[in-house]
Amino acid sequence: MGKNMKVVFALTLVFFCAAFSVSAFAASDVELEEANIEPANIESLQRGARNFMNYCSGCHSARYVRFKTIGKYLELSEEQLIDNLMFNAEKTFETMDVSMRVGDAKRWFGTVPPDLSLMARSKGADYIFTFLKSFYLDADSPTGVDNSVLPGTSMPHVLWELQGFQRAILSEHTETSEGGEEITTVHFDGFEPVTAGSMAVVTTGSMAGGDYDFDDFVRDTTNFLVYIAEPIRSDRRKLGTWVIGYLLIFLLLTWMLKKQIWKDVK
Amino acid sequence: MTDDDLDQTDRNRRHFLAVATTVTGLVGAGFVAFPFLASLKPSARAQALGAPVEVPIGAMEAGEMLRVLWRGKLVFVLKRSEEMLARLPNNIDNLRDPNSEIIEQQPEYAANSTRSVKPEFLIVEGSCTHLGCAPIEDFEVRPAEDWNGGFFCPCHGSKFDMAGRVFQGVPAPTNLRVPPHRFVRDDLVLIGQDSGAA
Amino acid sequence: MARIEAEVGTPKGGFMKWIDDRFPFTKTMKYHATEYYASKNFNIWYVFGVLSMVMLVNQLLTGVFLTMNYKPSAELAFASVEYIMRDVEWGWLIRYMHSTGASFFFIVVYLHMFRAMLYGSYKKPRELIWIIGMMIFFALMAEAFAGYLLPWGQMSYWGAQVIISLFGAIPAIGDSLVEFIRGDYSISDITLNRFFALHVITLPLALIGLVFVHIVALHEVGSNNPDGVEIKESKDAAGVPLDGVAFHPYHTSKDLVAIVIFLMIFSAVIFFAPEMGGYFLEYANFEPANLLATPEHIAPVWYFTPFYAILRAVPDKLWGSILIAASVALPIFLPWLDKSRVKSIRYRGWMYKSALGLFVVSFVSLGWLGVQPAEGAYVIAARIFSVVYFAFFLLMPYYTAIDKTKPVPERVVYHG
Repeated sequence: MGKNMKVVFALTLVFFCAAFSVSAFAASDVELEEANIEPANIESLQRGARNFMNYCSGCHSARYVRFKTIGKYLELSEEQLIDNLMFNAEKTFETMDVSMRVGDAKRWFGTVPPDLSLMARSKGADYIFTFLKSFYLDADSPTGVDNSVLPGTSMPHVLWELQGFQRAILSEHTETSEGGEEITTVHFDGFEPVTAGSMAVVTTGSMAGGDYDFDDFVRDTTNFLVYIAEPIRSDRRKLGTWVIGYLLIFLLLTWMLKKQIWKDVK
Repeated sequence: MTDDDLDQTDRNRRHFLAVATTVTGLVGAGFVAFPFLASLKPSARAQALGAPVEVPIGAMEAGEMLRVLWRGKLVFVLKRSEEMLARLPNNIDNLRDPNSEIIEQQPEYAANSTRSVKPEFLIVEGSCTHLGCAPIEDFEVRPAEDWNGGFFCPCHGSKFDMAGRVFQGVPAPTNLRVPPHRFVRDDLVLIGQDSGAA
Repeated sequence: MARIEAEVGTPKGGFMKWIDDRFPFTKTMKYHATEYYASKNFNIWYVFGVLSMVMLVNQLLTGVFLTMNYKPSAELAFASVEYIMRDVEWGWLIRYMHSTGASFFFIVVYLHMFRAMLYGSYKKPRELIWIIGMMIFFALMAEAFAGYLLPWGQMSYWGAQVIISLFGAIPAIGDSLVEFIRGDYSISDITLNRFFALHVITLPLALIGLVFVHIVALHEVGSNNPDGVEIKESKDAAGVPLDGVAFHPYHTSKDLVAIVIFLMIFSAVIFFAPEMGGYFLEYANFEPANLLATPEHIAPVWYFTPFYAILRAVPDKLWGSILIAASVALPIFLPWLDKSRVKSIRYRGWMYKSALGLFVVSFVSLGWLGVQPAEGAYVIAARIFSVVYFAFFLLMPYYTAIDKTKPVPERVVYHG
C-alpha cells in the first residue's frame, strides 16, 4: 500500500471505530443497569417463562411465539408445558395470545399493553431489566406509581408484592446561568425503599447476593424476553461456526488452485 | 511459453486442484441450496392450521351427515342407520373396487366392508376422485332405478354408494378417500390423526 | 504471450457443434472469458465488481424466497416478517442473508466506485461504463429505499415519511408530487403495495439490465488497471496484450479466492452479528409502525447517511433537497471534471492525493454525522465536511490541471 493509502486507511479505521462506539440504541437518556443475563442458562429461562406467564401474560401478548417452541428449547415435556405454562391455550402449537380485549385495555389503561415478542430486540435487555426495577410511588398517577425509565407509563407496578414499593429521591439544585438567572433543576438520585416485598434485594448481611432475590427474578424474566425475541439465536451461532469452518477449507483449496494457475505469470 | 512448456506435474496438480475445488464448491452449493428448498415445506403455521380436527358425534342421529373442514378439505361424517348398513352388500356387483383393494384410498383399518372403524360412522373426504368436485348426498332409496342410496357428483355424473365406493361406468376411477382418523371417545372423533396423543 | 489456454477450443463435432451452429456459445465464452484479456496486475480494489455481482445474485435469490412468504399489506407485513423469522423453516437465515446482503451490497459498491477514483477508471474511453455504473447506483439506492419500507417497522415508516416529504420542497409541484409518489394523503397500505411492486419487479429488472449493459460496455474497451496503462497498446505477434492474462482461468481463479474470503466475512455477520449494533437491522424497526409516535432519532440506514448529513447541514428545506440531489449526482461528471492526463493515483501529484484523502475523510465523517442528532458541534462539523465534499468535485478541474504528475510507464508494474 502506498503511503497516502495507509494514511487514508488509518483515518477511515479511526472513524469507523468512533462510529461503532456510539450505541445505535434509540434509548432514552436514562442510565440503564446491566442485566447480565445468561442466554444459555436453561433453568433461568424456565423460571423466566414461569414469571412471564404469571405476571405478564394477563395483559401482554407475545403473539409471534408458539408454546411448542418454548417447550422444546426449555427442555420441558408436553405435560410440563401444558400444566405449567398454558393457561388459556389448549394446543401446544398455539401462539401466546392475550385474552384482554383491545377495547377494555384502552378503557382501563388508556393504551393497549404492547406485545412483548420483540421488546428485547427493540429496547434491549438492560432497558427491560432496569424498567422492571424502576417503579416508584407517585401520588399523582392513576396507578399510584410512575417509572423512571418510562415516565408517564400507564403500567401498574405488577411486581409490587415481590419488590415492595420504593420512593424516588429527588434533590433540587439551583444554579446561576451566564445571564444571571437562577435556574432550579431537579435531580433524580436513585430510589429508597418504602415497604419491603417478599423478594427484596439484600445487599448487606448474611443473605447478601445469595439466594433468589428480586434482582434474580427480574433477570430471569429479562432473559426469557431476550430468548423469545429471537429463539433461533443459539442455533444460528452454532451453525455459523460450521459454515466458517467449511469456508476455511474451501479457501485453502481455492488459494492453492489460484497459486498453481498463476505460477507462470511474470 | 505455451501449454506444452508446463511441467506434466504442474498440469496434473492444476487438474487435481481444479477438481477438488469444484467438488468442494458443489458440496457447499448443495448446503446453501438446502435451506432455500426446505423453506418451501409447510411452515409451523401451516402445520398448526393443518392440525387434526375434533368432531363431536354424540348427538348425531342415524342418517345425519356433518360437513367439516380438515386441512382446507371437505370431510363428510355420516352416521349410517341399520338399514343403510344392511343394503351395502347389494351394490357389490356394480362397484369398481368393492373390497377397497386400492390401498391409497383408505387406511388399513378402513379397508373393510363398511370402510370404517365403527360400522355406523362413515368418514370420507367430500372430494370426487374424478376431478375434485364435492359430491351431493343422495340417500333416498329408489328400487326402480336400482339405487340403494349414496353420493352423486354433479360435475360429471360419478356415483358412490353409502360406503363411498365408486360404481362402474362412471368417470371417477376410485373410491372416496378415507382420511386418517380415530375415535378419541365414543362421542368424539379426531380427523387427521390415527395414533398418538391429540 | 499465452500461457494456460483454457480447454475451450472450437468444437468440431458432436453436441457442442450442434449448439454452436445455432447459438454463439463458444464464441461468447471466448470473447468474454477465455480470450478476454485483463491486466495481470489487478490488486484488491479490482475484486469489488465481482463481489457486487455476487451480492446482486444473493439479493435476488433470497428476495424470491422472502416474497413467497411476505405479505405486502400494512396490516400483515410486520407479522409476515416475524412469520418468516420463526415459522418458516430456515426463514431466519434467508431473512438475515437479505438484510445483511443489503448492507454488504453497499459496502462493496462504494469500494467498487472508489477503485474508479483511485485508478481513473472513468476516464476516456470508459466514461460510458462510469455513467451506466452511476445509473446502477441510483437504481440501487431506490431499490434499497423501497425495500426498507416493506418490513413496516417504526423506522421503515418514519424514514420513508421524511425522505418522501423532501420532494415537497420542490416549488409549485412539490406537494402534488409527494401525494403522487405516496398514492395517498400519507404513507399507507397503498404506498407499501406499490413500493413492493417497485422493489420486487421494476428495480430488480432495471438493475439486471443495467449490470448487463455495464459489462458489455466494459468488455468493448477492456478493463483498466492500477497503473492506468492501456494494455491493448502493447500486443504480441498473436495480437494478445503482453500484460494481459485470459480472464478465465486467471481472473476467475483469483476472484474465487476473494469471493470465499468475502463469504467468510459475510457469514460471520449473518451468523454472529446480523444486527451489527443496530446499523444493519435498526432496533426501532423491531416495533411495528406506529402512525401516532415518531421514534426519538430518525436516521436512514447507514449507507444513506453521508447524503443525509449533507441534507441536514443545510438550514433551508429547498436548498437542502437540491444539495442532497447534487451530492449524489455530482460524481457522474467525474470523467469531465478530472482534467489530469494521468489515470492512476500512482502517478498523480500530491494535490490529487490530498484531495482524494480529504474526500474519503469527509464522506466517512458525514456518514457518521448522519446518525448523530443534528445539534451543536455535529451541525458545524457536517457543514464543514459538506463543503469539503463539494469542493472535491467542483475544484477538480483546477487542481487536476495544475497537479504535477509522474511519468506513466508503458508496461504495467507487476511483482508476481
